[in-house]
Amino acid sequence: MPWRIEVGLKDGVRDARGERVRREIHEHLGIALESVRTIDVYTVDADLSAEEVTAAANGPFSDPVIQKTAIDRPLAERFDILIEVGYRPGVTDNVGRTAREAIQYLTGRPFAQGEGVYTSVQYLLTGAVDEAAAERIVSGFLANGLIQRWVIVPHARFDSRKGLPAAVPKVDVGAQLTVGAREIDLDVSDEELLRISREGMLALNLEEMQTIRDYVADPEVRRRRAEVGLGDRLTDAELEALAQTWSEHCKHKIFAARIEYDDGEGSRETIDSLFKSCIVKATSDIRRKMGEKDICLSVFKDNAGVIRFNDEWSLVFKAETHNSPSALDPYGGALTGIVGVNRDSFGTGQGARLMFNTDVFCFASPFYDKPLPPRLLHPRRIFEGVVEGVEHGGNKSGIPTVNGSIVFDDRFAGKPLVYCGTGAIMPAMINGRPGHDKKAFVGDRIVMVGGRIGKDGIHGATFSSEELHEGSPVTAVQIGDPITQKRMFDFLTVARDRHLYNSITDNGAGGLSSSVGEMAEDTGGFEMHLDRAPLKYPGLAPWEILISEAQERMTLAVPPEKIDAFLALAREMEVEATDLGHFTDSGYYHCLYDGKTVTYLEMEFIHKGVPQMVIPARWEDRGHTEPEFVQPVDLAETLKGLLGRLNICSKESVVRRYDHEVQAGTVVKPLVGVADEGPSDAAVLRPLFDSFEGVVVAHGICPRYSDIDTYHMMACAIDEGLRNYVSTGGRIDHVAGLDNFCWCDPVKSEKTPDGEYKAAQLVRANKALYDYCVAFGVPLISGKDSMKNDYQIADTKISIPPTVLFSVIGKIDDVRKAVTMDVKRPGDLLYLLGITRDELGASEYYAMLGELGANVPKVDAPSALERFRTVNRAQEEGLLASCHDLSEGGIGVALAEKAFAGGCGIRADLGLVRTDAPIRDDKLLFSETPSRFLVTVRPGNREAFEALFAAQDCALIGEVTDNSELHITGANGSTLIRADISDLKEAWQAPLREM
Amino acid sequence: MAKEVRAVVIAGNGTNCEREVANACLLAGAETADIVHIGELLAGRVRLAGYHLLNLAGGFLDGDDLGSAKAGANRLLHAPVRGTREHLIDQLRPFIADGKLVMGVCNGFQLMVKMGLLPGLGDERRQTTTLTHNDGGRFIDRWVYLKADPASPCVYTRGLDGIYLPVRHGEGKFVTESAEVLAEIDRKHLGALKYADADYRVAMEEPWNPNGSMGAIAGLCDETGRLFGLMPHPEAYVHRTHHPRWTREEDLAEDGMGLLLYRNAVRFIRDEL
Repeated sequence: MPWRIEVGLKDGVRDARGERVRREIHEHLGIALESVRTIDVYTVDADLSAEEVTAAANGPFSDPVIQKTAIDRPLAERFDILIEVGYRPGVTDNVGRTAREAIQYLTGRPFAQGEGVYTSVQYLLTGAVDEAAAERIVSGFLANGLIQRWVIVPHARFDSRKGLPAAVPKVDVGAQLTVGAREIDLDVSDEELLRISREGMLALNLEEMQTIRDYVADPEVRRRRAEVGLGDRLTDAELEALAQTWSEHCKHKIFAARIEYDDGEGSRETIDSLFKSCIVKATSDIRRKMGEKDICLSVFKDNAGVIRFNDEWSLVFKAETHNSPSALDPYGGALTGIVGVNRDSFGTGQGARLMFNTDVFCFASPFYDKPLPPRLLHPRRIFEGVVEGVEHGGNKSGIPTVNGSIVFDDRFAGKPLVYCGTGAIMPAMINGRPGHDKKAFVGDRIVMVGGRIGKDGIHGATFSSEELHEGSPVTAVQIGDPITQKRMFDFLTVARDRHLYNSITDNGAGGLSSSVGEMAEDTGGFEMHLDRAPLKYPGLAPWEILISEAQERMTLAVPPEKIDAFLALAREMEVEATDLGHFTDSGYYHCLYDGKTVTYLEMEFIHKGVPQMVIPARWEDRGHTEPEFVQPVDLAETLKGLLGRLNICSKESVVRRYDHEVQAGTVVKPLVGVADEGPSDAAVLRPLFDSFEGVVVAHGICPRYSDIDTYHMMACAIDEGLRNYVSTGGRIDHVAGLDNFCWCDPVKSEKTPDGEYKAAQLVRANKALYDYCVAFGVPLISGKDSMKNDYQIADTKISIPPTVLFSVIGKIDDVRKAVTMDVKRPGDLLYLLGITRDELGASEYYAMLGELGANVPKVDAPSALERFRTVNRAQEEGLLASCHDLSEGGIGVALAEKAFAGGCGIRADLGLVRTDAPIRDDKLLFSETPSRFLVTVRPGNREAFEALFAAQDCALIGEVTDNSELHITGANGSTLIRADISDLKEAWQAPLREM
Repeated sequence: MAKEVRAVVIAGNGTNCEREVANACLLAGAETADIVHIGELLAGRVRLAGYHLLNLAGGFLDGDDLGSAKAGANRLLHAPVRGTREHLIDQLRPFIADGKLVMGVCNGFQLMVKMGLLPGLGDERRQTTTLTHNDGGRFIDRWVYLKADPASPCVYTRGLDGIYLPVRHGEGKFVTESAEVLAEIDRKHLGALKYADADYRVAMEEPWNPNGSMGAIAGLCDETGRLFGLMPHPEAYVHRTHHPRWTREEDLAEDGMGLLLYRNAVRFIRDEL
């Protein structure tokens, strides 16, 4: 019989968790409760004595100062309704895993096979609430039915002597005792091929299915298969391996496609792979031009990009998205996203030390109040879950979250975008080899390290290669475990420094199938024994072991003479490591189970056999026009309205939930200014204790501009990333970019009749990516694309606006020269750098008025680059007291932010702003023309500063004042805005303060 | 001749701040600051006896899954050292009895409290206080003002008046099992650091007291003053560029205020141990 241990708070102890839940139930669902109290429940399914269970309950499971415990009897009393939420079988239960370890330490003996500890939480509700309301509370807020189960018990039905029975959510393996490979007949009709793909969640199209069918029909292939005991039909493991490797997620088929592009003005061209012709080409052209000054060390080929930092160290950076899982389970999806990208950067080259995280989210408004289509979670729940997932993933891993933003657009209700980035630092040389180089050799052992394999995450790669639909699989949802991963990283860092392995990579999408398959490209084959892989529970078929995306695992190539030392170190550091086979030069992707071959595919076919897609693309002029309206009378109110827009307002409530200074390297933090509340443009880190050299991290993202033209959206995202970076002190000649595309399906089909336009949007964004990276001399070092960000159930289709996150990483020679955005002291002179044009198309100002407009901001790269370089020089010479980039809301918003962040007033005259044509005052105030900065300069530095910018658009437009007023005058000298900075700050802080 | 000061930082199973703690020890003048994985201690290759200052660094031991530092405390109490009949606690007791120093920061403070090392009233090491969920119910990263108690026996805060450090925790609310325990802590001046307002006056309310701690206690020592734990992170302020407003406050000292605690520890070991 399992034991049930309940842990609750003693009388009179404040239940902060319960209070928060009560508050959030009210905010999310509008249900007012008198109180919510919580009880932690441990269901211990193990052979233990009563004394041992008591020792666990009163020892590691509870805090004697504030908690009380009960074994096999309930603590619950004085409630109207009780809800208990636990996990479904097989879902990662981190607390349960820790509880089990704690008992093992206590008793000194390991748990037997099948024994375990399972956790759940009891919520005791009081107030006017019936069972129906309780069901709403639990399904709408407390739990996620995909991963959790619950019971609801009203007080009248509660047995106060016995409480709830102990329920053990063990995975039921009864039905699946014989495991082996199944054969699949592909010698069938086209319809049947498509059915196999669809029902098997393979996400392969007809041409791909036919290619696979033809491969296995080849007599030579059949002859070789017969030699290893395989029949003429593919096994399920082979088909699954092909589906994973050929998935959009892993193979980037759209970026590799041949695109027939029509620019809408009669000009046509064929593009053979956007990836090669725009992204890779940009980087190779720039590297050639940089020559000796080339900062790139490893681009596109590894898990993350690597650039030079100094002679001894190199920088690693990678950003990922985890959109589809976050739509189904925001907490688990985001948590898995952040710990997943951690593995990417860790597993680059021979291994790197993780230094920072970034996170950028795109959500619908948390205050969304229209009806939601089926299966979509409310944006507020997504917001809360994602933020908490990244909080746990980052904070527990000891990695500071230093940079990010949240973009709001109601189309993200269909799929939220969750971008997670991780930067790392590695020695330039490790064991006599460049740190960024790695290679597996023939004979090296295939070793899997870290967590065990379960059914979690099966079909994650193919699932994210589809739109969100009715049948989206539950197993694609998983929960990360930062501590298992942290232990693994601690171990691997030691193993790296002892030179115990030759190559390392993470197990992400596609699991072992992808990680071993890709690493084996170094040698030309491998032999792996799937039955040796450690499982969370028995009963997994070979194909499931092969493609499971169970988290916290890395794959390594360990030389045979070092395998014993490697495994011994793993044991000592309490990390599971398993020898699964070895790398070969056989040319075959060879997996066995119990000695029987279950996959035997040519490496060449699995990696290069996928047919190239052909995608039509046609751009069309959608006839956008500028709106006509009169200038608002009270621009101070307009400014406050803009400051309170979700895309502009303070995100402090989120920022403070992230540890942004662990590792003691964060020199410019996300919040700056006199009261630590101002929005920093970029983060500056000092990664080495013995040097003042620093790393600067920033990003740009502006999906709104896609509604007019994705070419300029892309250009503006690059410019925004770079100007944030330069603003804080990043060197424009030592910076690299990452492009993360999130698109809606751009392939024309019945489901996507406007595919040609969406594909043209993709083409245009890539053209801008090439043009502007080359113009700015910024190489791309890594990137990712997520191409199916649509929601489609029944007649409802929601497509996200085409979105690119452009992240940048680079260097500042001396962190002590970093500049922050807040004004510093009264009397400082205020300059606007850059020209301002009538560019309000898709601006926040127009959006507030319900307009789109036509004049999308355009980047003039040559003048911007000159400005960026000169700002760097001014920083180098210490001439800037503050520097802030202009983005959403233009001059008006930037002035307000600078003023209230610095706690001083500002007087500014719009009549002095440089323009190349007359512009109305409100447009001047809120135009989003890129490449501009507002800087303040001490009067004593005026001459030196003005001399630097003499040949550029640089205007002295005002000064910092010793009052608390933002005072802006219009072109004709009249007062446009007089507002107290505390009122402006309140407008900016209020909207998301309570999130 | 002054002796060599040897500091150790225990790492593993979720510690996060071991590198910066070791760096702070070195900056404060320790000759040695070893980061030792707990696996090496449990393997019996490294022993605590060779050190003077034991640092329990911040992080999330075992994810804080059973409550902050609970599972970590359980490991120190019950995990066996290979090839011996002892547990790590059996190395820690003589370390303490020899008058050596133990400093726990954040998760390390939680660990010390939950093992009963702090405040260590009376003879037995029984847990009489705890650190639990912030009143706000959430993790928070924010800088706080701390007032030092000049009458405290704490060796780390000697000569300090007020210091400014970041807190980064979800479970930092200090709670005692009874009013008597709080009174005794007060009487013996064991609450060496208290949350304060910007003028360094002890403050009970938010935002100054970021978690609702009883007695505004942020740092706690035992009666010898040699065992000390605190929620704020002194290792996170060892240089002026760590200060959140270093780009605007021009009179900041080059060394950060957190370093003062480590300097006191090193000086004590050199002169008085």
